[in-house]
Amino acid sequence: MGLLSNKNKAILVDPLSKNNPVIVQMLGVCSALAVTSKLEPSIVMAISVTAVVAFANVIISLLRNTIPNRIRIIVQLVVVAALVTIVSEVLKAFAYDVNKQLSVFVGLIITNCILMGRLEAFALGNGPWESFLDGVGNGLGYGLILIIIGFFRELLGSGTLLGIQVIPQIFYDLGYVNNGLMILPPMALIVVAVIIWVHRSRNKELQED
Amino acid sequence: MKALRNYLDKIKPNFEEGGKLAMFRSVFDGFETFLYVPNTTSKSGVHIHDSVDSKRTMTVVIIALIPALLFGMYNTGYQHNLAIGADPGFWMTFIYGFLAVLPKIIVSYVVGLGIEFTIAQFKKEEIQEGFLVSGMLIPMIVPIDTPLWMIALATAFAVVFAKEVFGGTGYNIFNVALVTRAFLFFAYPAAMSGDQVFVRTDSTFGIGGGQVVDAFSGATPLGQVSIATNDMVGSFHMVDTLGNPLTNWDMFLGLIPGSIGETSVLAILLGAVILLVTGIASWKTMVSVFVGGAITALLFNLIGSTVPMTVTPIEHLLLGGFAFGAVFMATDPVTSARTETGKYIYGFLVGAMAIIIRVLNPGYPEGMMLAILLMNTFAPLIDYYVVDSNIKRRLKRAIR
Repeated sequence: MGLLSNKNKAILVDPLSKNNPVIVQMLGVCSALAVTSKLEPSIVMAISVTAVVAFANVIISLLRNTIPNRIRIIVQLVVVAALVTIVSEVLKAFAYDVNKQLSVFVGLIITNCILMGRLEAFALGNGPWESFLDGVGNGLGYGLILIIIGFFRELLGSGTLLGIQVIPQIFYDLGYVNNGLMILPPMALIVVAVIIWVHRSRNKELQED
Repeated sequence: MKALRNYLDKIKPNFEEGGKLAMFRSVFDGFETFLYVPNTTSKSGVHIHDSVDSKRTMTVVIIALIPALLFGMYNTGYQHNLAIGADPGFWMTFIYGFLAVLPKIIVSYVVGLGIEFTIAQFKKEEIQEGFLVSGMLIPMIVPIDTPLWMIALATAFAVVFAKEVFGGTGYNIFNVALVTRAFLFFAYPAAMSGDQVFVRTDSTFGIGGGQVVDAFSGATPLGQVSIATNDMVGSFHMVDTLGNPLTNWDMFLGLIPGSIGETSVLAILLGAVILLVTGIASWKTMVSVFVGGAITALLFNLIGSTVPMTVTPIEHLLLGGFAFGAVFMATDPVTSARTETGKYIYGFLVGAMAIIIRVLNPGYPEGMMLAILLMNTFAPLIDYYVVDSNIKRRLKRAIR
C-alpha cells in the first residue's frame, strides 16, 4: 500500500496522458494557444490553473451536499472567481512582468472549460481528497501540454528558453534565422496538432475511426 | 527508348512482393509510370479511356512553366549585372542566373519528393504526382536571395501540413506551393520582402563578383508603391533598379526585380497558351481573375487618394505575381472551384482580393498569394451554392 490507493492514483495520473484535458478532451485550447509564445508565461499559467482547479474542486466538493442543484453554476462561478482573483493578485504582487504578458488570460481562467468541466463532472460527486487529486491531475495535464508548446515555440521562435539564449550565436552567424511564424498563434495550433498526432499514434485506443 | 523499356522490365521483378528490393516498390512504380503510360485501364464503370493521366497532365504544366523559368534565370543575371554595372554578354548573364536558380529547384524537388516517396512507401501506396508541379512552382515564387535551408524547411512544412495530412495529392485544400511561400513569408519576413532580397548582388559559384553601383536600389515596383507617402500622389513614378522610369512595356517584358518566375508577363502568357490549348487550365478562371483585378483597380483609381490607389489597372495586372498567380496558381484544378459558374466567381474574387490587399494593406505590397489562399478556403463553399442553386432552378422547372 503506497501513498495513494490505486483508484486515487488513476485519478491523479490519467489526466496526464490517457485523459488529458487539452489533447484528448480538447478543452482549454484557446489559452493554450494564447499564452504559450514563451516558456515562462506557460509555466506560470500552468501553475495558476493547477492551483485554481485543485482548490475549486476541494471547495465545491465540500459544499456539494448543500448546493441547491438549480443554482450550482452560480456557486461554482463565485468560488472560481474568488480563487482567480487571489491568483491574479498574487501574480501582480510577485511576478508583475509575467502577469502583464498573460494580460487578460489570468482573469479568463474563470472561463476555462477545464474548470467548469471538472467541477461539474467530478467535484459534485466525489469527496474532497479525490477532488483535490483530480484537480491537481487535470491542472498538471493542462500545464504539461502548455509547457511542451511553450518550449518549442520559444526555442524555435526566439532561440531562447526562459529568456536565456540557447541557440548559439555561431548559428546566427552562419545564416540561421528565428522562425517568426512560431510566435504567431497559427503555429501554436499546429504544434498542438502535432502533439495530438504523436500522442494518438502512441495510444492506439484513442484513435477514432 | 526500347532499351530503357527492356531494362525496366528486367529489373521489375526485384521490386515486386517478395523481391529483394520490395521496400522500394512504390519508388520504382513512380518512375515507371512517369516514363511510360501504364497499359492498364479501368474495366468497369463510365471512364474516358485515353493516354492522359495525371502524370502527363503535370508534365504539360511543367512545360508551360519553362518559358517563365528560363526568363526568370536570364532576368536574375540581368538584374545582377545592372546592380554591379557589368555587361558580360547574353550567355554569361544566363549562366549566372541558371546557377543561382538551379540549387533552389534541386532543393525543392529533393525535399518534397523525398517526403512524398517516404510516405508513399510507408503507407504502401502509389507515389502521387502532385509534387511535380509544386516542386517547380516553389523556386519560381521566392526571391532569388532566399536561403536554401529556408526553402527546404518551408517545402517540408507545406508537403506535410498542407498536403499529406489532408490525404495527399487531390485532397489538399490549399495550393501547396503557396503554403510554402506563405510559411516563408510569415516565418522569415526579412528574407521575403523589402528591397534587399529580389536582386542578387553577390557572386554565384564564383561568377559575377563586383561592386554594387551607387544608383542601385533593389526595390520592386510594388515595394516602391507601398512605401510612397500620400503627398507623392500625382508625382509618383515607378523606377527600375537604377532609377529610370518604368513603362508598361518594361513591365510586360519583365526585366524588373521580383520573385524569380513572376516578372515577365510575356513568358507567363506563353505558358498560359500552352495550358489553354491543351485544355488543362480553365480560361474561365484566368480571365475572371484579370477582370476582377482590373475592375477593383479601376474602382480604387476613382478614389485615388493614396499612391497605391492611383496605380492603373494595367500596371496592377502586369506587376508582381498577379499574372503568374492567375495563370498557374488560381487555375490549380485541386484547390480552385470546380463548377463552371463557380470558376467565374472564384476567379473574380481572387483578382479583386489581390488588389484590395495590395492597395489597402501597406504591410503586404503583394496580395496575390494571400488572395488565392483565402479563396482556396471558399472554393468548396462557392461550389456548394452553385450546385445548390442549380438544383433549386431545376426543381422549380419540374414542379411547373
